[in-house]
Amino acid sequence: MNLFKISWKYLTFRPLSTGLNIFLLALGLAIITVLLLIQDQFEKKMNQDAAGIDLVVGAKGSPLQLILSSVYHIDFPTGNIKMEEAKRLGQNRLVKKVIPLALGDNVQGFRIVGTNHDYLELYGAEFTEGKAWEEPFQVALGSEIARKLNLKIGDEFAGSHGISVGSHDHDQHNFVVTGILAPKGNVVDRLVLTSIESVWYTHDEEEAGETEESEETVESEEEELVSDSTLVDQVEESHHDKFHAPVAKTGFPDSDQEREVTTLLLQFRNPMAAIQLPRMINSGTSMQAASPSFEMSRLFELLGVGISLLQGLAIVLIVIAGLGIFIALYNSLKERKYDLAILRALGASRMQLVILVFLEGILLTFLGAVIGIALGHSFLALVVSQSEQTVVSALQPWTFLPQELWIVGYALAVGVIASLIPAWSAYQTSIAKQLTKA
Amino acid sequence: MYLKASSLRFAHPGQSPIDFPDVELNSGESLLILGKSGSGKTTLLNLLAGLLKPSQGKVIMGGVVVSDLSEHELDLFRGQNIGIVFQKPHLISALNVRQNLELVPFFSKKNGQDIDRLLNELGLGKKASSSVLTLSEGEAQRVSIARALANSPRLILADEPTSSLDDENTEKVIQLLKTQASKIGAALIIVTHDQRVKAHVSHFIEVKAS
Repeated sequence: MNLFKISWKYLTFRPLSTGLNIFLLALGLAIITVLLLIQDQFEKKMNQDAAGIDLVVGAKGSPLQLILSSVYHIDFPTGNIKMEEAKRLGQNRLVKKVIPLALGDNVQGFRIVGTNHDYLELYGAEFTEGKAWEEPFQVALGSEIARKLNLKIGDEFAGSHGISVGSHDHDQHNFVVTGILAPKGNVVDRLVLTSIESVWYTHDEEEAGETEESEETVESEEEELVSDSTLVDQVEESHHDKFHAPVAKTGFPDSDQEREVTTLLLQFRNPMAAIQLPRMINSGTSMQAASPSFEMSRLFELLGVGISLLQGLAIVLIVIAGLGIFIALYNSLKERKYDLAILRALGASRMQLVILVFLEGILLTFLGAVIGIALGHSFLALVVSQSEQTVVSALQPWTFLPQELWIVGYALAVGVIASLIPAWSAYQTSIAKQLTKA
Repeated sequence: MYLKASSLRFAHPGQSPIDFPDVELNSGESLLILGKSGSGKTTLLNLLAGLLKPSQGKVIMGGVVVSDLSEHELDLFRGQNIGIVFQKPHLISALNVRQNLELVPFFSKKNGQDIDRLLNELGLGKKASSSVLTLSEGEAQRVSIARALANSPRLILADEPTSSLDDENTEKVIQLLKTQASKIGAALIIVTHDQRVKAHVSHFIEVKAS
């Protein structure tokens, strides 16, 4: 027999009240745990994914949408921009490096990003298998996609139009996997990377196919058919050349037609650029410029209200749990004054009784803290397992933060505070009075 | 002379002080403290047990001046040398019978009697792991006697131990107290106004409210 065992017996003697208090406390702490984890990982992730990108340039629209769609690949792109205009911007002396992106297609919900090899370098991407794309329609897969879609080197798949599942498929030309990237824990894990040319040609074929069909329905003359077949031959031939020509590995791809890209990721040459470039782009061109760090801090400001609301709710829950523990201890102490007097008569000192009461409060809150933290992590794991392609799926539910020790600390503090008055009254208990008033 | 209490006086707040008769008792002897209700019998018992401090007079037990000990020393002294049987059993309901007795060696820091043997002697062997809430009144009182004996005390104090028991259980309880006390050589003091007890113990003193 020891004090620990006695307080444990007292706790398990009234399982409902004990359980309710532990549950209330655990709920409050679980919310705090989830908030901590999400805040920490989102911030880390957001910074990690935007590292090295000073400015994003795209079609006019919402700057936040532009950042979300082209840096984090979560929102819809704002539209396309003319490549000529983009190229001119790339030659500006304030621009150190420019990475063009062509967006707008997906493979079962995972986005296809047309870009050049600079993008791989930007995120320090490494290959576990194979190598980067060299020709149109060759792709490198992010590690998560390779795992979820179960694709290997040499496998082929069709992309679909749009950035979410369910749009019509581009069945004219399949993509071929040439490389699989190593998991980095950043946005690249969830992207299908290919050349800008691939994205262009996918859409060219669509249009060509549609015009051919309409021509055929209108024209029915024999000679027309002949000329049509020669046209098809020519197209095939040019296809062959075009489809096996090496793609641009850096900068903009060459093209004899008027082409478009979706966005540009920019790096500044010097700090002056941060002041001059955005103004120049926003007022002097048909494009808009947005800074990832500025837009993200704006987003966090907007989300901040919701986060503080949840934090407030969690604190209310914890306070209620603290009160519940206090009331439980206080009530049980009234009934237990006899017990305490008996223990004193058996030789227990005042201090031992005080420790007994504190131990009960601390045990209760410690259990609450452990269960709360476990609950928080499990809840996050559940959310992550339910969402496949969103940013949430990249959260790590089982990483533990040092702040979680603070949660245990807070919980124990709640236990100590809730036990203060009951412990004091235990200290004050007069044995003779208790035992003889019967 | 193991126990010697001389010229004890105690005043409950707001009441006139009570002067108690002197008490002297050897190890192995028994003594009844008689008196009407409200005469201060229980107060005398509390003074002897060190649960109350006398405003005057001394309690000496085995050479130790109990009334001079500090609170903490007193807790330990009581735990090691005195066994108290209260009017009601006051068992701890969160613990089972055995665990109630295990409290004694823990708090008194003294290895007393073997708990299982004690339970068997008191006819409670089968109840060792039952909840104390399932015990009958007589059984509960016997457990509380076992608890008072578990530290092999030098002095056993019983405060109206039979007041809520029927004749049969009263007989059992008194016999138990007497045989156990003589077995471990302890002095036994029973506070009572129960006529049934007087038949068993010849020595007595009377407390009269003055």
